[in-house]
Parts: sequence; C-alpha cells; structure tokens
Amino acid sequence: MIYLDHNATTPLSGEVLEAMMPYFKQSFGNASSFYEPARTARAALEKARGTIAAAIGASPEEIVFTGSGTESDNLALRGVCRAFQGKDLHIITSPVEHHAVLKTCEDLQGTGVRITQVPVDNSGCVDPADVAGNITPDTVIITIMCANNETGVIQPIQAISEIARGKGIIFHTDAVQAFGKMPVHVDELGVDLMTISAHKIYGPKGVGALYIRKGTNISPIITGGSQERARRAGTENIPAIAGFAKAVEMAVEHLDEAGRHMTVLRDTFENQIMERIDNVTINGQGAPRIPNTSSMSFASIDGESILLHLDLLGVCASTGSACATGSPEPSHVLTAMGLSHVEAQGTIRFSLGKDTTLQDIDRLCEVMPGIVSRLRRISSI
Amino acid sequence: MDKTTNNDEYSQPSSVDPVETESTVGPVLFYNELVIEHFTNPCNVGEMSPKEANGFALVGDPACGDEMKLWIKVESDRIVDIRFKSFGCPGAIATSSMATKLAKGKTLHEAVELTDDDVIRELGGIPEEKKHCSLLGITALQKAINDYYMRKMMESADSDDLS
Repeated sequence: MIYLDHNATTPLSGEVLEAMMPYFKQSFGNASSFYEPARTARAALEKARGTIAAAIGASPEEIVFTGSGTESDNLALRGVCRAFQGKDLHIITSPVEHHAVLKTCEDLQGTGVRITQVPVDNSGCVDPADVAGNITPDTVIITIMCANNETGVIQPIQAISEIARGKGIIFHTDAVQAFGKMPVHVDELGVDLMTISAHKIYGPKGVGALYIRKGTNISPIITGGSQERARRAGTENIPAIAGFAKAVEMAVEHLDEAGRHMTVLRDTFENQIMERIDNVTINGQGAPRIPNTSSMSFASIDGESILLHLDLLGVCASTGSACATGSPEPSHVLTAMGLSHVEAQGTIRFSLGKDTTLQDIDRLCEVMPGIVSRLRRISSI
Repeated sequence: MDKTTNNDEYSQPSSVDPVETESTVGPVLFYNELVIEHFTNPCNVGEMSPKEANGFALVGDPACGDEMKLWIKVESDRIVDIRFKSFGCPGAIATSSMATKLAKGKTLHEAVELTDDDVIRELGGIPEEKKHCSLLGITALQKAINDYYMRKMMESADSDDLS
C-alpha cells in the first residue's frame, strides 16, 4: 500500500505507542485523584504539557488539552464569544478554513455574531490588508488558519497577527496541518490562540490542544470538573496525551530533515506529473506551501473516479469533494480560489509523510497517466 | 476472485451471492465487485457518428457533478447498438455501463420499461448516497428513445411533404 493521505491522518508511530502503553493499565489513575497510580498519571500529564509548550514556545499553563483539533477550534471561537457575551460581536475569518472553524462561525452567526470572510486570491492566500480593512469596533476575534489542509498553502500569519495586536483583537490560528511540518512558534507567529492535533503528526486520534496566551479572555465551553485549570472539564485522556507529547518530541526533532525529504519528493512528483499528463493544474503552487501537500486538478474527469482507480492499485489519496447525497459539494477551498465546479471535482490531494519513499512517488507517476487517459476516454466533456 | 469465471456470471442477475446479500445488514456502504468491474471496464463506451446513430441524448450537467451522452442505433424497433460517454463518479460510470448493457438488443418496447431499480438490482446494489447517480443512464436511454421517435416522425412528415 502507498499511503498519501497524511493530511487526513497518520499512522501511529511505534515510539508513540510505547509511550502510551503504561497509562492504559499500570498507571491508569485519574489525574485528579490522590493515590500513587493517579500521581504517576498526573506527572505524565504535566510532563506532556511541558513538552508541547516547549515545542511551540509557550508556557505549560498556556496549553489546554482537548479531544480533537475540532474541539480546540470550537473552544477558541465559542470560548471567546462567551467571554464577551452581551456585546455586539464580530469575527473575521476566511473562506478556506477547515469546517471546524467554518461551521462553528456559521453556528455563532445564528446566535447573532456577525461574520466576515475576507477573500483569498487564486493561490489561496488571504491579503492582510483585507483583514485590516474589515476590522470594526465589534471585532472580537480574527481566525485565519496557518496552513490549508487541501492545498498546503501557508497564510501570512505574522502580518495578520500584527494587525490584530495593533487593534487589541484576539487572534486565533488553526495550525493542525502546519504543526510538525513547519516551525510554529507562538511568539514568532504572534498568535493568542492556536489549535494543534496529535493524529496528524503520528500521534493518536482523539486528542488535541489549544494554546491560550496568558491573559486572553476566554470562557470554557465544556463545564464540569476543574481539569485543565477549569478551561476544559472532563477526565484527561492520559495515554493519548502522553502519546501526543511523544509525537511532538519526534516531530520537533525531525522537522528539518523530514521537511527537506518531503519537499524533494513533492517537487519530483509534481514535475513528473506535469511532464507526463496534459491539462493538470497544481493548486496554490505559486504560494508558500507546507512541504508535504500537493493539490492537483485533472481537467474533465471526476476525482472520486481517479481515487477508486488508485485505490484498486493500492494507493490512498483523497479528493476535496465527495459526490454524495444528491449533488456533489465541490471543495469550498478550491471554489474560493476561483476554480470552477468541474475543476474542483477533478482535484486530488496527495499528502506525503515522513516515511514516503521515492519508490512510492515513482510508482504513482507510473500509474497516473494511464488512469487519467482511461477516464478521459470515457468522459463526455 | 478469478476474473475469467467472473465474466460469465456478470451477465446473470443471479451472480450476486445470496449469502453476501443477506450478511449485508443495513445500508450498502461500498461499491461491490460487479460495480467496480463496470467502472474499470465499462461496456459500450464510445461515440457514434450522426450517420450511425438514430437516437441521441445529453443529460446531466457537469457543473452539478455528472453528465452523460448516449447514442443508440435502432433497426426494426430494436436497439442494435448503443454507446455512451460519462463524466462523473464511479457510481455514475458503472450505472451508465449497466444501463447500456441492459438496453442493448432489446426492442424499444422492452427498453422503455427499464428503470433505475433494474440497473441497481443488476449491479447487486450501490451505496445509498450514490443512488442519484444511477438516474443518468436510464434518463439518457429514455431521452434517446424519444429522440429516435421524434426523428422518425419528422422523417415521415418530410416524406409526406414530398409525396
């Protein structure tokens, strides 16, 4: 099998699994309890917090563990809106955000919060001037993702955070795809809130974190116990958190090396495909991108049909859009970048991993031309 | 599964293993082998020249996700040849293929009786969210048959004028 869907999820690394094992049975205690197994769990929790904080240049008490990147995005947006409840609220975001942000904004809109989506250009980038131009006295939070999950395009986070800081507005970034693939230091980026997740960096599913800069006004959205300094109630998932920390440790250690490796493979892949297949576009190619992601649009054929052919040959990739329930929803990211429905429908996302090999890429480049010409022969357009 | 023994079974509706069908409790989640076979090796793919075809249909809209072109050649009220081209998901391609396979060789009276359910049944089921894709093949077939009748009417009107 050739797995090229690392932006969806990654396999758990062996070292991570090992780091998790003691906390399932041996040190199973509830980190809030008093006795020995609980103390071990508590120590693991705080050690993990320290590791993750150090990796992003934060203090341990600025890290809140959650159940997923999606939950972290929800906590950031709903938590800030809740803290400022009773006022007229306005959020600035972009049309290429992950659904965890988009749908949460949509939901908040239903409660009276005003939402502005600043546009993106053809390569998928937000213009910081558009963010500045849309700030109102009610703007309570600006949320712009760090790197896009479909195209890998990196947003000008520093420029936007400077604008936010200048106006005293809270700035959140969803760094789920960026974390582990590029340096994400909270002070360098200038963010107040930042979402990260474990399972995109060879850690376990079901655990994420939200970085909350000291002094940021935010309320909990899950109430109950006083875990996570009363910012996120619920017994901590210690095995997952311990695994998360191990995954972060390894990601930081191999950041440069893995980045170089994936950049070489990605560029080789894109050059080969462009050489061998006509009418292919690489989305966001002109913009800065994380090294592992390649979004390719193949003219006049359907992405899911490409995927099934790939699947039958043992290659896993993904489409931005899935044809389901009546009419296919073309990817909101690609349409925001100006692609037509047909172009968006013919788009495949290949996302490489640290263990992807040149042989994998060669094999993919070998089979793609045949798949594309086969489908184009059938195509009515 | 051995492909050569499989091919023969494909022409029979009974090729769907009854045990497999029974064990599929709840909705169909994935494409079955027969659907995949029709997707990878669709029947009757191609175009016909205006001289060859005497019925044509264009259905769907690429902007809505799928489009199909269908040509039929009718002789003595029977579909003697049929060709299609499709833009769409695997479900759309497989159901287009099956629809043409079912229609080929049938009289027009038999062909107009064909339904989406026939196509789905012959394929041994398709995932629920893909059922809308199966509409194209049959819709195109009915439209092409109508086109054939229209052309015939026009022809006889023309020859009436001439006489």
